[in-house]
Amino acid sequence: MNFTMDSIYLNANVETERLVAALKDTVAFKLKKRGAVVGVSGGIDSSIVLALCAKTFGPDKVLAIMMPERDSSPESKELATLLCEKFKVPYILEDITDAVHGFGCYARRDEAVKRVFPEYDPKTYKMKIVLKDDKEAKGKLNLFYLTIIAPDGTVKSQRLPLAEYLQIVAASNFKQRSRTNMLYYHAEAKNYAVIGTGNKNEHEQGFFVKYGDGGADVKPIAHLFKTQVFQLAEFLGVPEEIRKRTPTTDTYSAEQTQEEFFYKMPFEVMDRIWDGWEKGVASDVIAKVINVPQAQVDVTINDIRQKIQTTEYLRQEPFSLG
Amino acid sequence: MNTIETLKKFIVDNFLFGQSGKLNENTHLFEKGIVDSTGVLELASFIEENFNIKINDEELVLDNFSSLNAMDKFLQSKNIQVTSN
Repeated sequence: MNFTMDSIYLNANVETERLVAALKDTVAFKLKKRGAVVGVSGGIDSSIVLALCAKTFGPDKVLAIMMPERDSSPESKELATLLCEKFKVPYILEDITDAVHGFGCYARRDEAVKRVFPEYDPKTYKMKIVLKDDKEAKGKLNLFYLTIIAPDGTVKSQRLPLAEYLQIVAASNFKQRSRTNMLYYHAEAKNYAVIGTGNKNEHEQGFFVKYGDGGADVKPIAHLFKTQVFQLAEFLGVPEEIRKRTPTTDTYSAEQTQEEFFYKMPFEVMDRIWDGWEKGVASDVIAKVINVPQAQVDVTINDIRQKIQTTEYLRQEPFSLG
Repeated sequence: MNTIETLKKFIVDNFLFGQSGKLNENTHLFEKGIVDSTGVLELASFIEENFNIKINDEELVLDNFSSLNAMDKFLQSKNIQVTSN
């Protein structure tokens, strides 16, 4: 096949019409629901899902839920509001800080952070966990590092020991699972379906919380690369402020892009390598087309393959042994 | 026990619930789905504690942890003497 920088792009009009028809059919006949609930964060993924739902069901049969908590960026709420007003979709603000506090989310997380950095004070410090990138293409394993930022701006970072890594992630996951609880409350109260917002990168590489943001009745963009999400966002008229925003996790108190948390490289590079690999294009051809070293292409493919393989359990339903 | 036997016992006991037949010296731990990124952390912690060494960040690469033989070779490169019983 003729692999180019543009091979990843879809026919936006055709794909949108296909998704609208499939979404309408799935919600009406398979789920037998009367509308759609979408959790909106001000990010690009939830924005195109909201836009698709408004186009599919009509804005009056869609309900957007904003669910910030105390670590969320204020910008998230502002952009989510802008989005809902643009597409004339009614929205509800549900601050989940008290709910996740009740679960001990912050206390359990901060206890683990303090075991690594005793000086960490959650009232004055910021924290995040990140994956180290592999720009030298040496095949580094996917291990997380904890970063804290002191009030004077001093940054300290250290590889997370096993127990602390597990505790920080487990505690933080209360946020995503609490949001899913809230979405299903509103969906059940209106007999609506919960529409998931995860894209292909998140779904297949396992960048989601099982029974958290991975929980939904239908996942209309789980097959779309982030690059394609950006393409459809422009086509659907998602506000430029949202399209230009760097994708973040909005989970930890320190600002953190999705690239530094998980993906380790820009979407426009990773997605094209992944797309080429899926289409059977040789890595030397991919490297030439997108202008990166072949070794980097090979490491990226291995990294994607490793993530897909090691997160398979996240996508599986509970096993029945009967 | 030598290095490979020590590592094998740890993996069989903790990752495979005693199924020793699922693992030999060349079994690819990632491709066979035995170890994931959390498993690497567990392995690294075990190696650091059991062999009393510090694994540097740049040594945490796939090639060093892909199999029992790979880990043995990596530990030999760090001049690890078997101290485990």
